[in-house]
Amino acid sequence: MLAYVIRRVAQSVLVLFVVGLVAFSMFRFVGDPVDNMLGQERTQADIERLRETLGLDQPFPVQYWRFLEQAAQGNFGLSYRQGRPVAEILMERLPATLELAFVSGLLALVGGIALGIFTAIRRRGLAANAIMTLSLVGVSLPTFLIGILLIYLFSVELGWLPSFGRGEVTGLGGWWTTGFLTQSGLKALILPAITLGLYQMTLIMRLVRTEMLEVLRTDYIRFARARGLRDRAINFHHALKNTLVPVITITGLQLGSIIAFAIITETVFQWPGVGLLFINAIQFVDIPVMAAYLMLISVMFVGINLIVDLLYFAIDPRLRVDRTAGRGT
Amino acid sequence: MTEAGSATPPAPRPPGRLRRAWHSDFLWSFRRAPVAMVSFLVVAVLVLAALLAPLVAPHDPFDPATLNLMNGFTPPGEPNAFTGESFWLGTDDQGRDVFSTILYGMRISLFVGFSAVLLAMVLGVLLGLLAGYLGGWTETIIMRVADVQLTFPAILVAMLIFGIAKGITPPEYRDQMAIWVLILAIGLSDWVQFARVVRGATLVEKNKEYVQAARLVGRSPFAIMTRHILPNVLNPVLVIATISLALAIIAEATLSFLGVGAPPTKPSLGTLIRIGQEFMFSGEWWILFFPALTLLALALSINLLGDWLRDALNPRLR
Amino acid sequence: MTTPVLSVRDLVVEIPTRKGLLRPVDRVSFDIAAGEILGVVGESGAGKSMTGNAVIGLLDPPARIAQGEVLLSGQPIQNIGREALRRLRGKRMGMIFQDPLTSLNPLLTVGEQLTETILEHLPVGNAEARRRAIAALEEVGIPAAAARIDSYPHEFSGGMRQRVVIALALCAEPELVIADEPTTALDVSVQAQIVALLKRLCRERGVAVMLVTHDMGVIAEAADRVAVMYAGRLAEIGPVREVLTAARHPYTAGLMASTPLAGHGRRRLRQIPGAMPRLGALPQGCAFHPRCDRAEARCRQDPTPRVEDCGGRAACWFPLSAPADRQEAGA
Repeated sequence: MLAYVIRRVAQSVLVLFVVGLVAFSMFRFVGDPVDNMLGQERTQADIERLRETLGLDQPFPVQYWRFLEQAAQGNFGLSYRQGRPVAEILMERLPATLELAFVSGLLALVGGIALGIFTAIRRRGLAANAIMTLSLVGVSLPTFLIGILLIYLFSVELGWLPSFGRGEVTGLGGWWTTGFLTQSGLKALILPAITLGLYQMTLIMRLVRTEMLEVLRTDYIRFARARGLRDRAINFHHALKNTLVPVITITGLQLGSIIAFAIITETVFQWPGVGLLFINAIQFVDIPVMAAYLMLISVMFVGINLIVDLLYFAIDPRLRVDRTAGRGT
Repeated sequence: MTEAGSATPPAPRPPGRLRRAWHSDFLWSFRRAPVAMVSFLVVAVLVLAALLAPLVAPHDPFDPATLNLMNGFTPPGEPNAFTGESFWLGTDDQGRDVFSTILYGMRISLFVGFSAVLLAMVLGVLLGLLAGYLGGWTETIIMRVADVQLTFPAILVAMLIFGIAKGITPPEYRDQMAIWVLILAIGLSDWVQFARVVRGATLVEKNKEYVQAARLVGRSPFAIMTRHILPNVLNPVLVIATISLALAIIAEATLSFLGVGAPPTKPSLGTLIRIGQEFMFSGEWWILFFPALTLLALALSINLLGDWLRDALNPRLR
Repeated sequence: MTTPVLSVRDLVVEIPTRKGLLRPVDRVSFDIAAGEILGVVGESGAGKSMTGNAVIGLLDPPARIAQGEVLLSGQPIQNIGREALRRLRGKRMGMIFQDPLTSLNPLLTVGEQLTETILEHLPVGNAEARRRAIAALEEVGIPAAAARIDSYPHEFSGGMRQRVVIALALCAEPELVIADEPTTALDVSVQAQIVALLKRLCRERGVAVMLVTHDMGVIAEAADRVAVMYAGRLAEIGPVREVLTAARHPYTAGLMASTPLAGHGRRRLRQIPGAMPRLGALPQGCAFHPRCDRAEARCRQDPTPRVEDCGGRAACWFPLSAPADRQEAGA
């Protein structure tokens, strides 16, 4: 088991290094690194000091290492567009994205699992078939189109919900800003959360349904029926546990993509998160922001994947057996 | 034994290829699924309209000479207050006929989609062949890069590539190059699945006798890979390509909508929607509505068709 | 005569298919008394498992019981409804499947699966249920049961797993157990142990057992009576010694002649020509007649007879009657 954990961690570190390399290359070779770090207003002394720190005359690997050092300390230079330290801007906007991702992830998970179980248990019903058809639509439509349609319906036509922005936010603990505590904040959260979560929810729903139908056909479920256990015990005690194990892995891996798809949702709703920041950075070729976002995202992705893998390991007792012995007893 | 001179009736000719295709399992299941047929029809109509755009479109929306700013904001079907011209689906803020922009926009969407998948396919197949056949460090490096790239969603990779390419291009050329950069970005974000499949298939074929024979005879590795192995690993590639096409078209729409794709000077459906969003609240709903509707129909049909295709070609479900 | 625990009367199972109505079980009748083991033997596809599934009410739709009766201790159960049937399962009738590895939920401990079954059917509390679970494991011969009760299925060997399965089937104290190929997935050395275990437990508790298998050796070892099935029909039924040594139905005789049995010395194994017909392609008349060297005109015309119509032993118009006939068949 330890071997497995070590291997996974090593893999993750490798990915981070490669991504770091890409970010570094962007920084160094696209545009001028001095501009990237120091912005427009700088003195000759600043430039000299920077050359020292970044080792701009040193061989490539040394520069790379120095870059990573700086990144680890949170120094990503100054944004071209805003002239402020990138780290500061990122931190400012991170809570918005995280709150959005959290709410939509929750929606997707709860809704997806509930609907998945429902459509598996009641496979022949009218409701189940209707839901499955709608889910096909949910999977086919691009996220931004769903967002636009929702805005059209709920903001333009009905006027119930806001179509852009985050509403009023309250500061928490010095750094975080939250929209949960105000009515306008909560209202503003609804449409973006649905937009972001819909795709995930349909995916999870179809996955849970397929898995559960598979599980309900297994021998051990048959045996459980032969022992006279109630439907409820069979569906929820036996089948569910076995269904959720593969679902968790795939869902966990999807969490990462929520953060990426947030870019789209944030653009549609002008939601002030790091996704919108990234898109604007691309449009204005703001290299430091792009590089910083890249590194931030990869740390998140790699971290999430690692946690999910280890979680899976903990949940499925079969995997805990030492891989060299008793394989498939 | 027949005696010399006795005539045996000639064997009936086997049915022609077209007939056989019509009666094949594949087309039979197609004819049975109304959803697939309708989707196919919709896709066919849209693609045809796009291809024939120069002939079908009443106006060329990108020829500045034919544009009249006074035509701007004309509602669909009604004659313009100033010039008296009427347009089926109305005009946008620049006076461009929405119907024409949609037709030309689809052209760009389809062009980018096809080219991107082509690029991904060529690159993926090539790298897959190399990795599978040569093994060793080549394989390790290619597959590790693939793994790293797979950690991230394809659309993110595409955005990144677009951003970097944009950064390297001098500002004057950016609009012009945008379409090509877009193709590059989407193509590069998609090669991995082709490479993986081809590598797997190559590994299998590598050990077969016909490859050993070719090697003994002294054929160069390149010849073996292209002439012998390649034809045999193409089957799954085509299936993936079809499904990738749907995803590529949608990816292009998304990127264009976000502003990191087709520029307003050569807009695709996604760009049109982006432009239309600005006018959603001020009452000129048609600038958004019709492009959105078209994209909806296209996306839905392609996906339904792709879904059906996947089921039909899946040997396990038969 | 006391009421038999299980009484099957003219049971018919039908499956509607696109090609027509199939009858995997056709007018089968038999009884099993308390403490008795009835072996049900036949080739793959003969309908033995389907009969077992029908009795316990676990037929997969669209298969269904079309005619006939199933009586559990005199009470008809073939159409009492899902919920009533569920309450009987486990409590009054149990079933054991072929593959112990797939019969147990891999994510639940053995103890959880046992206590859950006990709690469902017996009026006891958690502590008592756990105690009984440990006792059940000990009964089937699991060493250090108190420690192993919290282990997962994959931590047991194949033979141990099947013992757990038996414990599970018996823990709510049913009167009838249907064992569907319980030894087929096990090593030969373990098979004998499991068979012996089943025999002992059932004798001790007076449980009626329907032992479905294609393995003659298991039948010879464990069964009191044996029923031979062919193409969904009952071909012969009788005490195991008699059927195995002096078969009356030509099919059974052919089966015996083609099975190596200890004590019969060296002899050529004979094959029955042809193969068992598929359900959709049954011949006219007796289902076995195309392969039978005793077939007469009646066998080609009249439908397959039932055991009851021919004297209660073999479903044949012209059964083999004396040991002399067995000589002819090439013993």
